Amino acid sequence: MTIDLDRRRLCAAAVLLPLLTQRVRADEATVKIENFSFTPDTLNVKAGTVVIWSNDDDIPHSVVTTDGKVHSRALDTTDTFRFTFATPGTYDYFCGLHPHMKGRIIVTP
Amino acid sequence: MAQDNSSIDRRRTLECMVWAGSGVLWTLVGGVPQTSAVLGMETAQAQAATGFSFLQISDSHIGFKQAANPNPLATLQEAIGKVGGMATKPAFMIHTGDISHLSKPEEFDDAEKIIAGARLDVHYVPGEHDIVDEGRGADYMNRFGRRQKAQGSGWYAFDHDGVHFVGLVNVADLKAGGMGSLGAAQIAWLTEDLKDRSASTPLVIFAHIPLWTVYADWGWGTDDAAQVLALVKRFGSVTVLNGHIHQIMQKVEGAVTFHTARSTAFPQPAPGTAPSPGPMKVADERLGSVLGTTAITVKRGSEPLAIIDSALKA
Repeated sequence: MTIDLDRRRLCAAAVLLPLLTQRVRADEATVKIENFSFTPDTLNVKAGTVVIWSNDDDIPHSVVTTDGKVHSRALDTTDTFRFTFATPGTYDYFCGLHPHMKGRIIVTP
Repeated sequence: MAQDNSSIDRRRTLECMVWAGSGVLWTLVGGVPQTSAVLGMETAQAQAATGFSFLQISDSHIGFKQAANPNPLATLQEAIGKVGGMATKPAFMIHTGDISHLSKPEEFDDAEKIIAGARLDVHYVPGEHDIVDEGRGADYMNRFGRRQKAQGSGWYAFDHDGVHFVGLVNVADLKAGGMGSLGAAQIAWLTEDLKDRSASTPLVIFAHIPLWTVYADWGWGTDDAAQVLALVKRFGSVTVLNGHIHQIMQKVEGAVTFHTARSTAFPQPAPGTAPSPGPMKVADERLGSVLGTTAITVKRGSEPLAIIDSALKA
């Protein structure tokens, strides 16, 4: 009985612990939006990284991936947008209001 | 001789006046700019008395609160306040987009309340700032598109006193790396709309982003505008009115005159003179001189369109 319980606790810990630590450790990276450009325009991150776009311009911008899967709201001055890139791949994006503004996130395992 | 006259008629000698505070009048005859006279506002308005005129306002950006103009509601009010004082009452008004800054209901409400003070019918087209609501333009369509019986993302046409007006949308569904875009559906609609019209019908086409490339590096142009220009090529008088760049720019190409209006909210730098476009802070006492509206006059008979830009303050 006690052995069973211990085993169950151990199992639960084994499952939960990595999840918890992952949440705490989740890496963050920032893309600055200023002067109608994304800086850096290409950003390399590990899978699971939270990318934060921060608008420093006096005009709203947005973040839209070319595949249409990510579509932020319009970010007013000082607004931020966070997105977690869980899956490795190359994500091209642009500003939905000013589409000549382009950027790329490269996610590696 | 008779042939010469008709060819001049067909070309619809276009006079285009830019009144920029200093009272300098530019006359563009057959696409050749000439400084023909120095006129005061009274003379310009007297010329307006012979036909009908309409007013263009643009880029009111209600909701903007940065340093370049913390109170765009007040400057819009100032612009609308001047409408009552015009010697010739405009027949109606067009708004070439960016009514609001962030498509918020209260921004649209505030803008409409002030614009209603002009007591004129207003024909709107959206700017990119007017379609960033959650429904991506649904609110704009409900408020402004529906009353116009607009199609798609908000395009429509109407006639006034023999002139055909077309409101186009070049801010929706934009493509990565591109500039403004009209899209195939809108161009198909325009083809159909213009198909049976006589080439002698004066056309006025208005849209938010310029329909000619002012400055590609800043996205100041429309990718598929050439298709529109091909459609209007056979017409004798075409006037294209835009906003977006918050400054006066003008170009004449054959029978087509392109003109952009000032904003009523804040100025932007001239192409290439700053690291990027965007709100430009000028000294407070100068702000009124870089904001303004545009009056367009259609004269009967020879049908030249006169475009007069007026700053809020000289």
